[in-house]
Amino acid sequence: MEALALSLVNAIPPLAGVPLWTVTLLLMVVVAAVILVFALTFEGVGSLVLRKVAGDIQARIGPNRVGPNGMLQFLADGVKLVLKEDIIPANADRLLFKLAPYFVFVGSFAAFVVVPFGVGLIAADLNIGIYYVMAVTSLVVVGVLLAGWASNNKWALLGGMRAASQIVSYEIPVGMALIPAVLIAGSLSLQDIVRSQGGLLGIFGWNLFHNPFTFFSFFLYFTAAQAETNQTPFDLPEAESELVSGYNVEYSGIRFGLFFLAEFGDMFIVAALATACFLGGWNVPFFNAGTLPWIWGNLLSLGVFLAKAFAMVLIMMWVRWTLPRLRVDQLMRMAWKFLVPLTFVNLLGVSLWLLVFRGKGIPGMIASLFG
Amino acid sequence: MTTRTDALPTQEMTINMGPQHPSTHGVLRVILTTDGEVVTRAVPDVGYLHRALEKIGERVTYAQYMPFTDRLDYLAAMNCNCAWAWTVEKLAKIEVPERAEYLRVIVCELNRISSHLIAFGSYTADMGAFTPFLYAIREREQVNDLFEMLCGNRLTYNYARVGGVSGDAPPGFLEKTREFLDYFEPKLDEYNNLISYNKIFVHRLANVAVIPAEEAVAYGLTGPNLRGSGVPFDLRKDEPYSVYPKFDFKVCVGTGERGTLGDCFDRYMVRINEMRESVKIVRQAVARIPDGPVRAKVPRLFKPPVGETYFRSECPRGETGIYLISDGSVNPFRLKIRTGSFVTMNIFEKVTRGLMIADVVAVIGSFDIILPEIDR
Repeated sequence: MEALALSLVNAIPPLAGVPLWTVTLLLMVVVAAVILVFALTFEGVGSLVLRKVAGDIQARIGPNRVGPNGMLQFLADGVKLVLKEDIIPANADRLLFKLAPYFVFVGSFAAFVVVPFGVGLIAADLNIGIYYVMAVTSLVVVGVLLAGWASNNKWALLGGMRAASQIVSYEIPVGMALIPAVLIAGSLSLQDIVRSQGGLLGIFGWNLFHNPFTFFSFFLYFTAAQAETNQTPFDLPEAESELVSGYNVEYSGIRFGLFFLAEFGDMFIVAALATACFLGGWNVPFFNAGTLPWIWGNLLSLGVFLAKAFAMVLIMMWVRWTLPRLRVDQLMRMAWKFLVPLTFVNLLGVSLWLLVFRGKGIPGMIASLFG
Repeated sequence: MTTRTDALPTQEMTINMGPQHPSTHGVLRVILTTDGEVVTRAVPDVGYLHRALEKIGERVTYAQYMPFTDRLDYLAAMNCNCAWAWTVEKLAKIEVPERAEYLRVIVCELNRISSHLIAFGSYTADMGAFTPFLYAIREREQVNDLFEMLCGNRLTYNYARVGGVSGDAPPGFLEKTREFLDYFEPKLDEYNNLISYNKIFVHRLANVAVIPAEEAVAYGLTGPNLRGSGVPFDLRKDEPYSVYPKFDFKVCVGTGERGTLGDCFDRYMVRINEMRESVKIVRQAVARIPDGPVRAKVPRLFKPPVGETYFRSECPRGETGIYLISDGSVNPFRLKIRTGSFVTMNIFEKVTRGLMIADVVAVIGSFDIILPEIDR
């Protein structure tokens, strides 16, 4: 960020008199605002697309009243959520009740900071990128548990307990399934991971096709991440038909809205991580977007990244409207008896592969065969 | 299911499930005592929808009671209409024209299809898959259209009459029915491919709340819940009424195909298969329906002879038995209705012990209870 500020100062002479830290700070605020606006826009559009997709899958129309073809439905929903009365139950723990949505919201949104949107388009290219995502998204557990406890509602408590156990359990396979990408790139930074998948192999440079183990770990990651973010078929914490609505049952107005937004934020983060770690991130096949003049390279890579991420989001929606829900014991069994051992074995496989073949993937080997 | 309560003592929690809960299929209240997620006791509390339908029966005439039977089971109003008509006809020994009986069988079986569609759809929604529910609603809509054509109503039909039905089928009705059957029958395979044999769905239902055959009989279960335990008892076959003996269909029973005989999956599958049999019956009835009048001459204020009668018929949710005492006046002297859902609730506490909370939802759905039938 500081380097960017320096280059900005150099580029725009009138800024020379301003202290560097002021420029850096201002830049940070601007970037944060851009990220937040992007996230909120995604959520708005995402919720609309979700409902349209649901409508299509379920042989009905979906929202079609607000704006042309229902396009403005998400604005109406947002305005409604903001304007609604914010009810706090009489017996709730007021402080924790108010605090809980922020934990969930912050935990979900802080992860956007390291999402590699394109060439140079990353709010903060932390050298511990993946580690950071895993850490901040864990904050969601605290919020969910607080919400379940503070509501003083037994259904909410059950939902909170379910969520806590589920998120903690599935964090392990999620982390383990992401490590292969880290091993191949040799870096925790998401930009480095994306860069490691570029090159002349096109889509076969992706980690997904690197070797059989990485192919497998993509699906392991996707499954575990769906569970970690409470998406159907793992939406037990908010199982509507069992727990009425789970941990957020007592929330209304914008506090409910924050939970809702965080859910969509999680959805995008899962899709973005899958794209960055396995699907080549913003790499344009057979083309180095970084060589394009001015901002065209950045925009092109941004478009490619978003297209991939949105495709993943669509798949998640498709799954969501197709599958029934697991039972809580089956969910735990799946995490500890299948996903955790499988991801460990998989990790071992990737490590051995990298050791034996000196870091080369199958497509790379085939390519070198043909010179 | 083993719980480690001795190793780690925890406090039991009492949770009130309902009367407002999305999965209790109405205003059923279940008082759950749970140890974490494990239910140690689930006591159903019924009566939130009591409307004294039986007492009302003593104050209105036989013909006037017909609309009330719509409200007995609003998802299968035709079956209840016809049950009342058959009871009164049995009491007064009224001969019903054959065309009317055929029409009654057609509407009863169509209504069985639409009722089972709701059972299927809401069950999958309870299990977390919301999409099949809307498919089921889409198909049910067509049955509603057919009934609207026939009697003008879409939910509470009031179609049967003592001595026949309210009106003959309008032109085109039988063709439309045949079209619907042709459209609907392949849909059942679609449902099976979509959800019935879905691995998660099967895992949720198989081996859950197993009711052995003897127990099902001992607790007086009827209808699909009894047949799900493998007991081939169907009043349409075993105590034939109306023109049912003229049709060729088979009684669907649970086979334990994915788990134990008598589990939730068997009860679910019985309903799916019964829809197929109902399609068969309606096809035959539509093909063979005779011409003629649809209503016998019955005076509007008719007085049946003194006496009593009990008539039971196979409704979608089990046996609906109507016990009727007449003192020779225009009103029934005493009316008692036995319904499938109410009797089924007896076994609820027994089968839910030791299950998870999510399984309680599965059990309620597999019984396909409906609250107006429980409370009357």
